[in-house]
Amino acid sequence: MAERVGVYVCHCGSNIAGMVDCEAVARWAKENVSDVVVSRDYKFMCSSLGQAMIEEDIRKEGLTRVVVAACSPHLHEKTFRRACSNAGLNPYLMQMCNIREHVSWVAQDRDAATDKARSLVSASVARVRRQKPLEPMKVTVNPRTLVVGGGIAGLQATLELADAGYPVVLVERSPSIGGHMAQFDKTFPTLDCSACILTPKMSEAYQHENVTLYSYAELEEVSGSVGSFKVRIRKRARSVKEDLCTGCGACIEKCPRKVVDNDFEVGLGYRKAIYMPFPQAVPKIPVIDRENCTWFQRGKCRVCEKMCQPGAIDYDQQDEIIELDVGNIILATGWKLFDCSRLPQYGYGRLANVFTNMEFERLCNAAGPTGGRIVLRDGKTEPASVAIVHCVGSRDKNHNEHCSAVCCMAALKFGHLVLEKTGAEVYSFYIDMRTNQKMYEEFYCRLLEEGMHFIRGRVAEITDAARLPGEEGKLIIQCEDTLLGRQRRIPVDMVVLMGALEPQADAKELGLRCGISCSMAGWYTERHPKLDPVATMTDGVFVAGACQGAKDIPAAVAQGAAAAARVMGMITKGTVEIEPVTASIDEEGCSGCRICNNMCPYNAIEYDAGRNVSRVITALCKGCGTCVAACPAGVITGAHFNNEQIGAEIEGILWDAGAAAARAGAASGHAAAV
Amino acid sequence: MKYAFYPGCSLEVNAAAYDVSVRAVARVLGIELVELDDWNCCGATEYFSQDELTACAVIARNLALVEPSMDQLTAPCAACFLNLKKVDRLMAEHPELGGRINEALAAGGLHYDPGRVRVRHLLELIHTDVGEEAIKARVVRPLTGLRVAPYYGCQVVRPYKDVDDPEYPVKMDELFKWLGAEVVDYPVKSHCCGGHMTQISEPEAFELIRRLLQSAREYDTDVIACLCPMCQLNMDAYQSRVNGMFNTSFSIPVLYFTQLLGLALGLPEKELGFGKEIVPAGPVIRAKVAAC
Repeated sequence: MAERVGVYVCHCGSNIAGMVDCEAVARWAKENVSDVVVSRDYKFMCSSLGQAMIEEDIRKEGLTRVVVAACSPHLHEKTFRRACSNAGLNPYLMQMCNIREHVSWVAQDRDAATDKARSLVSASVARVRRQKPLEPMKVTVNPRTLVVGGGIAGLQATLELADAGYPVVLVERSPSIGGHMAQFDKTFPTLDCSACILTPKMSEAYQHENVTLYSYAELEEVSGSVGSFKVRIRKRARSVKEDLCTGCGACIEKCPRKVVDNDFEVGLGYRKAIYMPFPQAVPKIPVIDRENCTWFQRGKCRVCEKMCQPGAIDYDQQDEIIELDVGNIILATGWKLFDCSRLPQYGYGRLANVFTNMEFERLCNAAGPTGGRIVLRDGKTEPASVAIVHCVGSRDKNHNEHCSAVCCMAALKFGHLVLEKTGAEVYSFYIDMRTNQKMYEEFYCRLLEEGMHFIRGRVAEITDAARLPGEEGKLIIQCEDTLLGRQRRIPVDMVVLMGALEPQADAKELGLRCGISCSMAGWYTERHPKLDPVATMTDGVFVAGACQGAKDIPAAVAQGAAAAARVMGMITKGTVEIEPVTASIDEEGCSGCRICNNMCPYNAIEYDAGRNVSRVITALCKGCGTCVAACPAGVITGAHFNNEQIGAEIEGILWDAGAAAARAGAASGHAAAV
Repeated sequence: MKYAFYPGCSLEVNAAAYDVSVRAVARVLGIELVELDDWNCCGATEYFSQDELTACAVIARNLALVEPSMDQLTAPCAACFLNLKKVDRLMAEHPELGGRINEALAAGGLHYDPGRVRVRHLLELIHTDVGEEAIKARVVRPLTGLRVAPYYGCQVVRPYKDVDDPEYPVKMDELFKWLGAEVVDYPVKSHCCGGHMTQISEPEAFELIRRLLQSAREYDTDVIACLCPMCQLNMDAYQSRVNGMFNTSFSIPVLYFTQLLGLALGLPEKELGFGKEIVPAGPVIRAKVAAC
């Protein structure tokens, strides 16, 4: 029996209709493409009226297949599947034909675009006629959630879920949770103490009955899918038994090996070989830095072991592998600082008194290496003038094109702290002052009144080559003042470079492990930039905080809470529908060669030794098609993407629509065969 | 390693020391330089402000003279190098201009397809093509203890960014490290030497030269190493005039980087054009670089 296909061509306002003659495409489909019994165009097919139109046609015209030529299936496939369902048509008998992202948005010639839309509609009709009804699978959602990253975004997500009564596993790479926020002194624009607002959250998360914290640990592997992921965590050897350690600190105090702390103190301070990153670290359990420990390097010492009353030191401790089942995953892995020495003209690493923003945070911090005194690299001289250079590595096509979003406000905060703590003059060298959140502009006005100097222009270079009287022994900022329209040279004692926020070096790798992608710049890609900012293209994997894009604390916290809310929604519902787009093996033809077993990236194929056949574990299969292509016997079929469907789609796209139309005209209106 | 070689006018007269040292060093390092037959002046920086098409055609003629068997052309002078590279790019980016240039070249029976010849500065050849390992292996008289300030100027590193870091180049620094010298990391190594400004307004030009010498002295420099005849001339020949104008007492020898490289490779000073500089380099070289 011939199928009865309905074709619906959406204008998307002017998004599609501006470049494609939608009415002509609809008319053409009805007249030329086999089995098309209804073909309509409409301004907004996704509107309730558009959906109602499709539903009514299914009922009244007895449609057995539907093609919606509109936007990407990422956006509205669910919408139209639901509409078909409502009218009693199996949702998998609907095919989206993307004539927006694939045609109108990328085309420049209206006639060519309209032709391409015709080809794609022809392909979709050819395909949909061969589609089979499918039933989605229902999977129970494991209420336990994995949060990766214990910075402020991850902590917020963890606490929201834990407080709602759901179990959370929090994995943090470094020895303590807290993230970058633990390094800051004050937070803008309120100037409240960063530690004062952060540390209660850290200890709350640690002590929470619903939270299991793995610090000094990393997420190594993820398998399964939404609702029932399996994750493998590597908990690195601390060389300290967590259950015995009381956090007394005697081991740290007596450790004879002092090393430069390049992590928490960004090179400005020291720590011991056995250390906690900072006094309020959570958990309050030290870790031995084996690369610097005298015992590990030279086989002598063991002082910490002697000092430890409870006997918690364990030099033989091994990495521990923890395997867990979780229902959802939230990635909150944060950012890293741009390497400011990549702009050699700014002298970082060469000119002693050029600092990075993170170094300056530690200088300002009362718990930092200078006890909060703002001093030059010599550790004692207070500067009489400080320059703060914005956009170092940000808004720069040579490095990062993005705006790092926090630097303008952080620079203003630094300016305030310098003015408060020293008698120094402070200069801000900015391109544009971006203070567009609540109370931010007010903070900028406050600094204008406090006497911070603002010079609009990108700094050309920072040099110690004195040229004019008064420049000797200073760092000179050479800059075009774009408001004055002239070059200026400002001699100062100290320079702070506002380095860019960059994606973590291994963000892409971790993203791949979890099945999500990164933008060109390396930030995790959200499902929709406006309407679905914390979900990703992989169901059950969410992102929060700066790993999704540079952002400040309030925005990171909002995302942490948002991701938790999304996860709670899944847990409360209890089950989740999984796409029935999976592979299946025809056991009759399977020779048991097991090639597919090893090819499957999701370990979703098992081997039945008794019957010498391989079998797909449907719950784990993601329908990627690797095994379908690999099977030497050709007995694996990918549901919704079988050879017949793909072949028909290709035939449809290659079908010469113009010639067919001409033939159709000659044969007095007989529909051409596809 | 075989390259077409464009010496440029300066090397025939005022930069004779560059000429002899380039050829001597190339021989030792196994760089075969095939001088263009009947090359002409590149027009330096001035011609472009007079008549762009003629300026381009004059330069393109040299590109067209590169034998078909060769695809790389090197020039030791910064201005010649930039002009050759610029015209190749202009012809590629503006086919209409390229067409007019080729019409002009056709009068002499020549033709040039942009992109056929890769224009490279001599520093790239030595630093990148010969490379660290081969150079270190040939050093017989290390420049140990000699404080060398590499000076890059403008035209080799800007506006094109593919030779080195345009803001803070490092390739000559690396080369001198391989030769055992103490490299002076001073802040003005890619600032302007004033170029031909000496012919137009001495106070402005001399101020630019003074800044370079001042910074080199502050960083305790024994010798400045150049890769351009114009830069060398400005800092060397005008040094005493600068001293007169600003009441300073600079006495810093300014050499071509190939002269110092040749020295490290064990070539005798007389084969490297030593003695042609105005601020004499002899005393500091004899004091710091051990005889081989």
